[in-house]
Amino acid sequence: MTESSQDENIEVFTYSEIENIEGFIGNFDVTIRKKARSVDMAKCTGCGECVQKCPTKVPSEFDMGLGKRKAIYTPFAQAVPNVPVIDRDHCLKFLKDKCGVCQKVCPADAVDYTQKDEMVQRKVGAIIVATGFSLFDWTVYEEYGGGRYKDVITGLHLERMLDTSGPTEGKVIRPSDGREAKQIVFVQCVGSRDEAKGVPYCSRICCMYTAKQTILLKDHIPDSQSYVFYIDIRAAGKNYEEFVKKAQRESGTVYIRGRVSKIYDRGDKLIVQGADTLAGERVEIEADLVVLATAVVPNPDAVKLAQMLNMPYDQYGFYTEAHPKLQPVESVTAGVFLTGSCQFPKDIPDSVAMTGAASVRACAVFSQDELTIEPKIAWVDPEVCSGCFNCMEACPFDAIISEEYQGRYVARVRESVCHGCGNCAATCRTKAVNVKGFTDEEIYAQIEAPFFEEEVEVA
Amino acid sequence: MPEILNRGDIHAFKNEVLALIGQDASRCIQCGKCSSGCPIAYEMEHLPSQILRFIQLNMRDKALASNTIWLCAVCETCTVRCPESIDIAGIMDALRKICRREGVMPGDKKIAKFNEIFLNSIRGNGRVYELGLVMKYNMATAQPFKDALLGPVMFGKGKLKVAPDKVQDIAPVKAAFSKAKTFIAPKAKE
Repeated sequence: MTESSQDENIEVFTYSEIENIEGFIGNFDVTIRKKARSVDMAKCTGCGECVQKCPTKVPSEFDMGLGKRKAIYTPFAQAVPNVPVIDRDHCLKFLKDKCGVCQKVCPADAVDYTQKDEMVQRKVGAIIVATGFSLFDWTVYEEYGGGRYKDVITGLHLERMLDTSGPTEGKVIRPSDGREAKQIVFVQCVGSRDEAKGVPYCSRICCMYTAKQTILLKDHIPDSQSYVFYIDIRAAGKNYEEFVKKAQRESGTVYIRGRVSKIYDRGDKLIVQGADTLAGERVEIEADLVVLATAVVPNPDAVKLAQMLNMPYDQYGFYTEAHPKLQPVESVTAGVFLTGSCQFPKDIPDSVAMTGAASVRACAVFSQDELTIEPKIAWVDPEVCSGCFNCMEACPFDAIISEEYQGRYVARVRESVCHGCGNCAATCRTKAVNVKGFTDEEIYAQIEAPFFEEEVEVA
Repeated sequence: MPEILNRGDIHAFKNEVLALIGQDASRCIQCGKCSSGCPIAYEMEHLPSQILRFIQLNMRDKALASNTIWLCAVCETCTVRCPESIDIAGIMDALRKICRREGVMPGDKKIAKFNEIFLNSIRGNGRVYELGLVMKYNMATAQPFKDALLGPVMFGKGKLKVAPDKVQDIAPVKAAFSKAKTFIAPKAKE
């Protein structure tokens, strides 16, 4: 991150959102909302004095609420740029017009409470979408406590606890009473592979991060014991199977094949009720801490961006690639590429490989002066077009624009955007639109050819 | 009531077997190849892979009470085919030793009776006296005419002999038996 933020050819917008995208491959116009940071990025030196002196403490989003952050903060230690932002929903200055300590202590005079959102325009040739994923809200599982038990946490909570520079400095504790956890139960597929309450697909990353967490737990707490309730161990990747076996054999993680039916409390313990289908026995475990591997789901606003980019998405909200096997990093919209878990759940090596591929595909767009496209695209005869623009409505790719022709407005197809689906041609009342190679004359000629062979001239 | 798995050390039974014969049941990946190839599995209460699973999950009583460990013929098909090179037949043997040591009898009394008669026959003759074995077993289990029609056929083919056929030198057999006793001697006497 630091490296790319310092590269002269890379402009990084943080704390910003895409407001609007217009145009097409090679000519996108992007409107970016730079949200009011309340700190002048040019003046701030990143000394952190303001963060230290800020009196307001808020649960940290990055630490999954396990730690606190200030109202003026950087989300995590390595965040780029090292410039804090004021959380206006919690800052006393914005809530009650009191305090103002950060402005007083800032040696660079960088704090500016009057800053407003700023709109920035950029022209770009290609777009790579890497908006990532979100996690399934597991509290729909009433049988797992539905969020009532503090010691039922998710893998991301545990990940923060295992971090030696995290909120607990590497200690794995029970959030309820702060005691160190010794008997830890992991529950796989919470939301994943559950058509009734969750999503039908496999989230792909949970088996491996759970194995990793059990190994780390054994390292952090040598007298701890981890149990993993699973449906299948999906360890398909280089050295993945070996890694899971390492967890089982060297760290003594006990894998139990079956979904957990219920979690309830008895005294200060959580009773995890499951079955081991391999032994054919019902089992219960008295746990200190239960860690749920929650499903990977699309971001809640994924569809909004897809609509901005005229990009298809699937029934869940994951962006659809142009071809599942042969064009895995291209979206259907020319010039828009996909990478990472916004397309489907992916682990780190897959995401890195895909990002490399998407970057090179974007470079390929720039490497040539002219774009080579499929010849089978629509064309409007401006002499015939009546200017009703029904075709514009029919086009799923937003390829048709209105253009002046001899004093009146007619439809025109933007060649680089058109996919040749033929919707416009079918809609046109005056037969002004045709897909090249598929005009009525050409299709009739093909039909007639076998019957009137002698009349066909072969060019 | 379901078994509470973590009341004690979940690895205890696995480690016990490991210490006894050096076979690590936690290596078992539950592929089921042992169970699918076992020629006696159809008679077993639990499949061989389930016995391995009981060891993995510290379900000691279940493993020792299963008739599987007594029905195992030690043909070693499982051992030869195991992808993790676990000596499953050896583990069955180890479980039988633990049973003898602790006085856990097979749930099916017939099994214990057969083993007793079989071993006595070997102890006395150095090899099995088939006719004696069949008769004693049938009497002991109160089914005197079991397999009676099979007898004449086997006689005809020379498979059954009227009198026991002793080995020439019984001393090594006796020695083997007394050595075996030290393995299965009750724990208290050790």
